[in-house]
Amino acid sequence: MKKSLDPRIRRAEPELWQLPQRPLEALEHWPTYEVFVLRTRGSHAQHVGSLHAPSPDIALLLAKEQYARRSPCVALWVVPTEAILWTSPEDEELFTPATDKSYREPQGYLHTRERLEKYRDRLKPTSA
Amino acid sequence: MIEALESLVLSLADDELLMGHRHAEWIGLGPILEEDIAFASIAQDETGHAQAYYQLLTDLGLSSPDEYAFKRQPNAFRSAHLVELPNFDYDYGLALMRHFLYDAAEQVRLEALRHSTYEPLAGLAERLLREEKYHWMHAYTWVQRLGRSTEEAHLRLQSALDQLFPYAWMLFEEMPYEPDMVEAGWIPPSSDLRNLWLAQITPWLREAGLVHTQPSESALLPLKGARHGLRSLYFDELYAEMTEVSASDPEAEW
Repeated sequence: MKKSLDPRIRRAEPELWQLPQRPLEALEHWPTYEVFVLRTRGSHAQHVGSLHAPSPDIALLLAKEQYARRSPCVALWVVPTEAILWTSPEDEELFTPATDKSYREPQGYLHTRERLEKYRDRLKPTSA
Repeated sequence: MIEALESLVLSLADDELLMGHRHAEWIGLGPILEEDIAFASIAQDETGHAQAYYQLLTDLGLSSPDEYAFKRQPNAFRSAHLVELPNFDYDYGLALMRHFLYDAAEQVRLEALRHSTYEPLAGLAERLLREEKYHWMHAYTWVQRLGRSTEEAHLRLQSALDQLFPYAWMLFEEMPYEPDMVEAGWIPPSSDLRNLWLAQITPWLREAGLVHTQPSESALLPLKGARHGLRSLYFDELYAEMTEVSASDPEAEW
């Protein structure tokens, strides 16, 4: 397996998997992992779901059949669910503007060209 | 030469067909949902590989894949006894160990077949190796993990290995017409492949703390002849079940 030149990226090296494993306590569940799929080379990773696994390497093994079976995939990511910091849906007001900010949304930019042309027209010297 | 080619291709195909069926018996019974799905998917791959091998013979004007799979006399099968063994009392340790020993053999056989002088077989091997890469990862990862986990897991894998090792050894029984195949450059001798297989499994077994020893002649004796058509005592029941649906309406189109 090729090592990434980007030091932030840790690629699975199946032949060298040597991760410590703690035996489960009675009635304890395996932790969950979040699974991300890259559909094509260079595309961004899309979250597709989660699964149970005892270790990251087995999470990858199981993710392959769970989430990369029915549609294209060039690479998989798995992330321990507990590694993710998230806002609570109860705090969704964080994302709700108090005043109209639709100008920041994509449709706010819809008429930019027309407005620009109108402005240019106004600047043209009027022939006397 | 067609007899030699049929002998080779049926050995490969029949192993896949029956292994696929035995693995598929685990559907709904796997230890956890995610693993159940993964193992069922592997079973489905193996059955597909069987079909692709049979098709090589069909393309030469021999029987169709369905005829090979469902309408043959038991003594026309060339499968190894390893893949005929039932799942007994559904110990997943036994299932994983069989999967490990078998898919290691698949790796070795397909790597050799990639260089086969029989081009349709070489091309197919190249294609199948893509799926087999995952099978092998799945097998060694679990064996390595469980071998080093609890005492119970370790003991179950070791006893599965003790039980299965002579059977797995006989995956590499010499096939009928083998000297012709080797001379034609279709495949290396089975004894060479067995040595490669031992090299494939040994590091992983050692890593898992599992021990295998060369089977004695007396352990191998009852397993001899599988590649020549001698079926194990489990075959008839297995085949009756596999062919139950197709036998209910032999003329049906699927």
